[in-house]
Amino acid sequence: MRLLSPKQAQRMAIGILGLATFAILSVLVFIIGFVLNKGLPVVSWAFLSEAPSDMGRAGGIFPILITTLLLPLLALAVAMPLGVGTAVYLAEYTRETRMTRIIRFGTDCLAGVPSILFGLFGFIFFVVMLGFGWSLLSGSLTLAIMVLPTLIRTSEEAIRTVPDAYREVSCSMGATRWQTVWRVILPNALPGIATGVMLSIGRCIGETAAVIFTAGSVLGRHVPSSLFDSSRTMAVHFYLLAREGISNEYAYGTAAVMILAVLMVNLVAYWMMHAFIRRRAR
Amino acid sequence: MPLFGGARGNTEPMTTPSQKQVKIAARQFSVFFGKSQALRSINLDIHAHAILGIIGPSGSGKTSFLRAINRLNDLNPDSRVEGTLTMDGEDLYQASCDPVALRRRVGMVFALPVPLPMSIYENVVYGLRLVGGERTARRSVLDQDVETSLRAAFLWDEVKDRLHTSGLRLSGGQQQRLCLARVLAMRPEVILLDEPCSGLDPISTARIEEALVSLKSQHTIVLVTNNTKQAARVADETAFFLMGDLIEYGPTIQVFTTPENRRTGDYVTGRFG
Amino acid sequence: MKRIDEIIARPLLAAIAFSALASLLLIAVFILKEGLPFMARIGFRDFLGSSDWQPQEGHFGIFPMIVASLGVTLGAMAIGAPLGIAGAIFLCEFVPRPVMRTVKPAIELLAGIPSVVFGFLGVMVLAPLVRTHFGGPGLSLLTAAIILGIMVLPTVTSISADAIMAVPGAFREGALALGATRWQSVYMVILKAARSGIIASVILAMGRAIGETMAVIMVAGNTVRVPHSALDPVCTLTAKIAMEMASASGLHRQSLFAIGVVLFVVIMILNALAMTAIRSRKGASS
Repeated sequence: MRLLSPKQAQRMAIGILGLATFAILSVLVFIIGFVLNKGLPVVSWAFLSEAPSDMGRAGGIFPILITTLLLPLLALAVAMPLGVGTAVYLAEYTRETRMTRIIRFGTDCLAGVPSILFGLFGFIFFVVMLGFGWSLLSGSLTLAIMVLPTLIRTSEEAIRTVPDAYREVSCSMGATRWQTVWRVILPNALPGIATGVMLSIGRCIGETAAVIFTAGSVLGRHVPSSLFDSSRTMAVHFYLLAREGISNEYAYGTAAVMILAVLMVNLVAYWMMHAFIRRRAR
Repeated sequence: MPLFGGARGNTEPMTTPSQKQVKIAARQFSVFFGKSQALRSINLDIHAHAILGIIGPSGSGKTSFLRAINRLNDLNPDSRVEGTLTMDGEDLYQASCDPVALRRRVGMVFALPVPLPMSIYENVVYGLRLVGGERTARRSVLDQDVETSLRAAFLWDEVKDRLHTSGLRLSGGQQQRLCLARVLAMRPEVILLDEPCSGLDPISTARIEEALVSLKSQHTIVLVTNNTKQAARVADETAFFLMGDLIEYGPTIQVFTTPENRRTGDYVTGRFG
Repeated sequence: MKRIDEIIARPLLAAIAFSALASLLLIAVFILKEGLPFMARIGFRDFLGSSDWQPQEGHFGIFPMIVASLGVTLGAMAIGAPLGIAGAIFLCEFVPRPVMRTVKPAIELLAGIPSVVFGFLGVMVLAPLVRTHFGGPGLSLLTAAIILGIMVLPTVTSISADAIMAVPGAFREGALALGATRWQSVYMVILKAARSGIIASVILAMGRAIGETMAVIMVAGNTVRVPHSALDPVCTLTAKIAMEMASASGLHRQSLFAIGVVLFVVIMILNALAMTAIRSRKGASS
């Protein structure tokens, strides 16, 4: 039974769909706005540059900031050669075979593992079995495995968009395959790869479950000085402040810094991707 | 005034091909891609310090032959050869012949100009950097090489003030000359060109033809072209390929005016093409 | 003579290419190694079916937590899937392209917000609202479902939008040429064509919802009891692992790994389903 004419049905549909989209966007704006509203007043130069005191009720988050910076960088130091190397192999050194399909399947599955399981694995493997203890080392190695699929995927895409003509030309000049990869293909794919790096950094900044069981949650007054030191990231600090009810105020402050960092990283990633696509199209 | 065989600025007396040394020789040479055969038992001598023009309709195997010389066909995993192809007497397809080393002695210019995504300077020295060694050690030596190559490609005057800008910013004709300069920097013994002027305007085409004629005293040049008149203008010898077979080859004058094979005559007069 | 890089590059890169697979296998092996013997010892039926979770006394029934995880996930999908798909349709079909190109990445930004922030806002803002308007303690299955629903929105929206945009223009034009309104072309043609991609997005989102830990810990209430209503506090599988990991040892710790095994298996199945859905779409449209 037709209640509405097609035009009326469409108007209603657009209304409902638009409302849904508006709802989604409002949530986004609300979250960011609310956290920044409550947290920015807390964020001062002192907050950013001082060490925490009194379990985080006072002082700043400087060592925590440094840890939050260090962990993704260390993770990338391990994950980038592995990720880009995998992408180079898949794109330049083989054709699609059963082996490459298995590799891709493994990569996709790894991408779907939830962070709590990374935390479990990192704990039993790096912290306990290999004896690294709760440390930057355990944390960064765990994060490296976590971001590996993202790096592989974005790097491979970036490498595949490099025009074949460049490969032919380089080869005809007497370059070995590796020379072509190193001198022409990778430099050309760099912006695409950098996008993947940015996305990975963003993921590491917000990661809690994988980090808390591997890098630990030591709240020190000093910046961690060795790979075997344990320390906490902003996400962990924020979680503990909130959960243990230590300081809502400083929790908001940490959250504000975290959100700003994530926003910035994602914006840079997005802008890089656009520059890359625009350059390709030329 | 001779109309054929390097009419542009050719001051040497024309020697008959049989007196010249053979640089590249093909004997019963065939190229297969999977099941299909691109070249059928080619027998051909390419003489040193001369320009060989290869003409014929599309799909005749001209490009396959060219790419067999620098073993670029190897990039296709389905490719296979039979017979022999030698350079200076050495079989290019024997196990001990390294394709990478071969490609440093044989340069190639492609149909579509492909400057690498780098500056003009870096484009020209790309091949040198691949090899490394003393020619890249000193900046002054490198600069000299760049200038020499760009001059030989008739491009120096147009780009000397912007060597470090991107090669992609040049016009089509300039890009193609850049590709030629890039090849020349390697001081190759042989230069292969695959329809290098196909997308270019007549002035750029003339420049490249000029460059080729001036280069033949130092190099052996093989030029595949769809434009029979270009072969007539520039080549000392011409080979006519048709559907994978080599129908005829010889001095350009002879192939164009008194061809031995009827099909050659038909093609060069434009009866089919 | 072959150069060094030719000899080394290929085998080295081949070895590196297996690093992701090797990591996955390592993870699987270690979690199974710690968890499977435990499950075998306790007995699958007792482990999965009993509601008695008293680690100190050797009782390890995770049934309430299975119910909790399921309930929270289904609730999250009930909220996130329709909203996300609606948003995707609206952005792809009823909004000018440039607007879509700014709004879609903005929604993907939601995905970048750390889960602990979602959890915190859930505690500070949502839980009191739930308590006031619906009753109960506020920290409940419902609250967790709502927060998770919001968290999966970017996944559903983004992947569904990609699926919708991948529908060839010819389909749209065909429907419109027959006199259909845009809305009719959407539900008659486009949604059917993009169906497998949209389903894949929902399945992937489910996988993320089941695996979510931090936000759920903060808002779900963490009571190990089969919920009677959506307003009851619950404890999901993930929350249980995270909360007791630090202080568990011996058999207790193994039990947590056993929960990890359950999670791992469920999520791998979901991911495999999603991948087949995506692959079938690629196969159909190519």
